[in-house]
Amino acid sequence: MNAFAPNPTNETFVLNLGPQHPATHGVLRIKLVMDGEYVVEAEPVLGYIHRMHEKMGENRTWAQFMPNTGRMDYLHALAYNHNFACIVERAAGIEVPERAEFIRVITSELNRISSHLLWFGAFILDLGGFSPLLYAFDDREQILDLLETVTGSRLTYCYFRFGGVYNDIDENFEAGARAFVARMRERMPMYHALVTKNIILMKRLTDIGHVPAEMCRKYGATGPVARGAGIDFDVRKHEPFSIYPRFDFDIPVYHEADSMARYMVRMDEIEQSLRIIEQALGAMPEGPVMAEKVPKTLKPPKGDYYHAVETARGSFGIRAVSDGTNTPWRLKLRTPSYSNLIVFGEAARGMLLPDALALLGSLDLVIPEIDR
Amino acid sequence: MTAYFKEIISGTWSLFVGLGITIVYFFKPVVTLQYPHETLPMTPRYRGHIDLVWDEVRGTNKCIVCNGCMKACPSNCITLAGEKAEGGKGKVLTQYTLDFTKCSLCGLCVEVCPTEALDFSKEYNLAGFDEKDYVFDLLKRLEAKHS
Repeated sequence: MNAFAPNPTNETFVLNLGPQHPATHGVLRIKLVMDGEYVVEAEPVLGYIHRMHEKMGENRTWAQFMPNTGRMDYLHALAYNHNFACIVERAAGIEVPERAEFIRVITSELNRISSHLLWFGAFILDLGGFSPLLYAFDDREQILDLLETVTGSRLTYCYFRFGGVYNDIDENFEAGARAFVARMRERMPMYHALVTKNIILMKRLTDIGHVPAEMCRKYGATGPVARGAGIDFDVRKHEPFSIYPRFDFDIPVYHEADSMARYMVRMDEIEQSLRIIEQALGAMPEGPVMAEKVPKTLKPPKGDYYHAVETARGSFGIRAVSDGTNTPWRLKLRTPSYSNLIVFGEAARGMLLPDALALLGSLDLVIPEIDR
Repeated sequence: MTAYFKEIISGTWSLFVGLGITIVYFFKPVVTLQYPHETLPMTPRYRGHIDLVWDEVRGTNKCIVCNGCMKACPSNCITLAGEKAEGGKGKVLTQYTLDFTKCSLCGLCVEVCPTEALDFSKEYNLAGFDEKDYVFDLLKRLEAKHS
């Protein structure tokens, strides 16, 4: 329950959080109506980094839109690649070779861990702890180096292609991924001892920043925000895509709905992703990584298609309408952070400003994805 | 009351645990690389800006001026021109300009090239002050490298 100002006054003032504030991780602006240190009303203002990705999709070919997807959510770019590849494959009826599916799952789960690690570091930094960021970046660096050896880039990947992936992985990558899984398993207890069990963190997160399940449903929040509120929903399990049903992994769900629950969901998700990577590496088949019959000028048949994937921040869906030509007629992008952010307006009411910032951090926002 | 004191004790202990971890890491080897004094070799698949490939046999570039890369590029950063080869068949490349300010390093041009005339360079030290520095004349670059 949020604590309102003990003696509400009529002397409120407006505080602009952002558009350039370190705690908003980008160009997000939040208009806060404050009564002393208490938030009376919070209104997120968007549009500072709008780049018209949906419109750009309409005036280039299907393949040419691929680099755009990685630039929406730069922290989990491979999942965005994956979704766009999947929807075009669904529309055009392209079969993806088995090995390519495995590579997609491994790389995109590695990318998920790197995204959670960056969130972990930045979130603790928001709360005033500096050193966990350095540990998290050390681990994240291992993932970036690994992904660089196969994809060629470090952040805004453009690795997946319609019908497969850009190039095959080698033994070095497999060995590196195995070594990373072992290393990360060793490091997790350290993170929990250093951060999770820290009394200052617990006091700042437990029972603070409630985003209950009804609020998540009302605004369409997904991902760790919803799972921290007790909603057991993960696209990987409940609307399975790619080869995720073959792996044995759990969906971490916490019922407390506070900032700590969301924190715990993400920390547990790192461990689950490690499990998926381990299983995928063990069952990796041989074979081609690219489908043979991919037409050079792709013209998916007329129709209305939808496909969703689970990104680090929640469910990302694309609705593509094809009119049978080589360019999409319409691309609607449903990004998770957009819905997750709008929750803030209601959830932050009556909170102390530092607690509201902790809530904002626990939502794990990526601004270019909200504005796209 | 006992819960209150228990929390103080366990809370203080958690801070010491954290301090212990940071002290242990303090004596571990340094993981930071002192860039630019030290650098790592780029991985073979690293994607820098594109570069023309030298054909050892013919002693020139491999481009056949099919304009495939120009059409495949999502951001129109490639401009190229060619002329009819003297006496022979086909075309030879006379100009190849890459506007790197617009390039998103997607690799569609390298993929589409029928003669493998394009490849990624391994350059990453590309900070500069002028926009014009990023309009590369790749043909000149290739000739300078092999003259």
